Amino acid sequence: MMNAGRMALPLRTRLAVLAGRTISEVSRRAGTGEGSAVGGRVTLALDPHALEVLAAGREMALVSGTNGKTTTTRLLAAALGTKGGVTTNSAGANLLSGLVSTLSGSEPSALAAFEVDEGLLPTVVEAARPAVVALLNLSRDQLDRIGEVRLHAESWGRALGSAPDTTVVANIDDPLVAWAARTAKEVIWVGTGQLWRSDAAACPACGGRIVWAGEEDTAWSCTSCDFARPQPDLWLEGEDLVLAHGRRVPIRLQLPGWCNLANATVAAAAATVLGVDPAAAVQGMAGVGTVAGRYAVVDVGGVSVRLLLAKNPAGWAETLKLIRPPPVPVVVGINSRVADGRDPSWLWDVPFEALRGRLVIATGERGRDLAVRLGYGEVEHRFVPDYRDAVRAAGASAIDLAANYTSFQDARAAFGRTGAGPVDG
Amino acid sequence: MADPRGTDAVSIGLLFPELLGTYGDGGNAVVLTQRLRWRGISADVVEVPAGEPIPESCDIYLMGGGEDGPQTLAVRELQARGVLPRAVDRGAAVLAVCAGYQLLGREFLGPDGSPHAGLGLLDCATTRGPGPRRVGELVVDADAGLGLPALTGYENHAGVTRLGPTAHPLGRVRVGHGNDAGQGTEGVVDGHVVGTYLHGPVLARNPALADLILEWVVGHLDPVDDTEVDALRAERIATARRSHPLSSRGVVRRRA
Repeated sequence: MMNAGRMALPLRTRLAVLAGRTISEVSRRAGTGEGSAVGGRVTLALDPHALEVLAAGREMALVSGTNGKTTTTRLLAAALGTKGGVTTNSAGANLLSGLVSTLSGSEPSALAAFEVDEGLLPTVVEAARPAVVALLNLSRDQLDRIGEVRLHAESWGRALGSAPDTTVVANIDDPLVAWAARTAKEVIWVGTGQLWRSDAAACPACGGRIVWAGEEDTAWSCTSCDFARPQPDLWLEGEDLVLAHGRRVPIRLQLPGWCNLANATVAAAAATVLGVDPAAAVQGMAGVGTVAGRYAVVDVGGVSVRLLLAKNPAGWAETLKLIRPPPVPVVVGINSRVADGRDPSWLWDVPFEALRGRLVIATGERGRDLAVRLGYGEVEHRFVPDYRDAVRAAGASAIDLAANYTSFQDARAAFGRTGAGPVDG
Repeated sequence: MADPRGTDAVSIGLLFPELLGTYGDGGNAVVLTQRLRWRGISADVVEVPAGEPIPESCDIYLMGGGEDGPQTLAVRELQARGVLPRAVDRGAAVLAVCAGYQLLGREFLGPDGSPHAGLGLLDCATTRGPGPRRVGELVVDADAGLGLPALTGYENHAGVTRLGPTAHPLGRVRVGHGNDAGQGTEGVVDGHVVGTYLHGPVLARNPALADLILEWVVGHLDPVDDTEVDALRAERIATARRSHPLSSRGVVRRRA
């Protein structure tokens, strides 16, 4: 039913929203499993300006980047939830159709926390005029689309430069992100301690060389121009969020690993823009246990399997650190569909040698590529194409399973779970 | 096992991995090292970032694929240091993939779209090709003189590479594009210098090519167990041919 707030919408948008929601409902009942996206597409077809109209007057935070969008958005939504109602695309619909259908089904007074596909961010910033945009990182993801990494940074910069009312939260440990954010009027510079550097060797400003002060030292600068790591306004230190004036807020998450502390730091910075104190923000995040099936523990024929997702070398570098120590066996699933990137050569950029000392079961459509990689890495392994067989072949009562995006979905489907979530790590 | 080369480890220089390591080609160094180790021969990989001196004495130099900007940085480094032409003259092996291959030629396309001088170690020149990027599985019948089985890998490049009169192709394209420009060829081999568009990485997918390059350096090598790689090769070649049914009968139609 239309609520009072909706009545203020133009007739065209109201009809478009009604049609979209009707189609969504029909689709949901028919069990096609894509109710929200199809509804959003119908709404946009009837009113191409639906996003602009639905977003008008809404307090909105966007999250984008290669890795961590979904988790950061989930953490941000939890933080904002300490202040009031929140609408979020937690089912991971991070394209225009998903944003439109989520907005059209929510209370206009609710704060919005949305993850947005890297390529779509400029469009959404222009249409939705968000209060805050949080930029996580930009790294190689799909090798057959690699050229887009730098283009994303460029188009982010252009869009943010023409959005004077938007505050940008930028991870300064990714030079591409720092470069994209330099055009924004208001920026909160966040230090996450990110150590993935392989996609930022060339200076985005001048083509010169970016050099870091040391292996574990996050200070970076270009050798040819004056582009360098900005001073952070707040940063992650151990497991504490530190604000520039010295205040420390301990971060206590259920989610494991440095990458999630970094995600929480960025989310807390974004939450402050919408008036949530960092301590309250972090407290809200402590309630988040699993995110779209990631970190969930499922029972597969009597074996307890913890599910981990990693999409690309930067993501795998973090995920390998989360895997339980040997001799706990691991199942690793690799696909190379369009959403994964068609070329799995990146397997050779992942330090799978870290898995030595245990049995690794290689599975997925590109499990043979992984098996060859593990062989050269001298990791004990077997190739088992079927997911349930792979879990059985691991031969232990509790294991970890790590997979890239569509392999993660396939594994969940094979284990009787659905709704693997968005294309994101 | 005793090292047939005594204490003299094979030295492998991986050039500019931060610039030319975008497509996993650093794996070629892992493959070469392990295939030597499995035969009892030790190997050292020297990763040479841009700005550092390039060792003069490596037995094998490797370069991989990268984006246009980093490719230009890499060629500037190589031209400034002058090591590679001297290394090639003394018989060192070079394997260069994609952007690395292009910059070994006489000319390649700079990031601003204008021609940029290459190292001139291979008789070829790369220009922007027509149409979309050449992306997908690539299957190549290796030049008969090399004695290699079919080569398999993944190509991903905008440029097309025209071979000059003295250039010998690595092989003829069965599925995919390779050098393109209507030539039907892939890559170049000149002495111990190999340029190719094959990622995968190329040596992970083609152990016979890895051993050929190693034999240039250390002489005859006994076989190792490649059962798993053979299964992968069969799967990839079959997949590529299925997606291009005409090519398996040798009548590939390609863009001019």
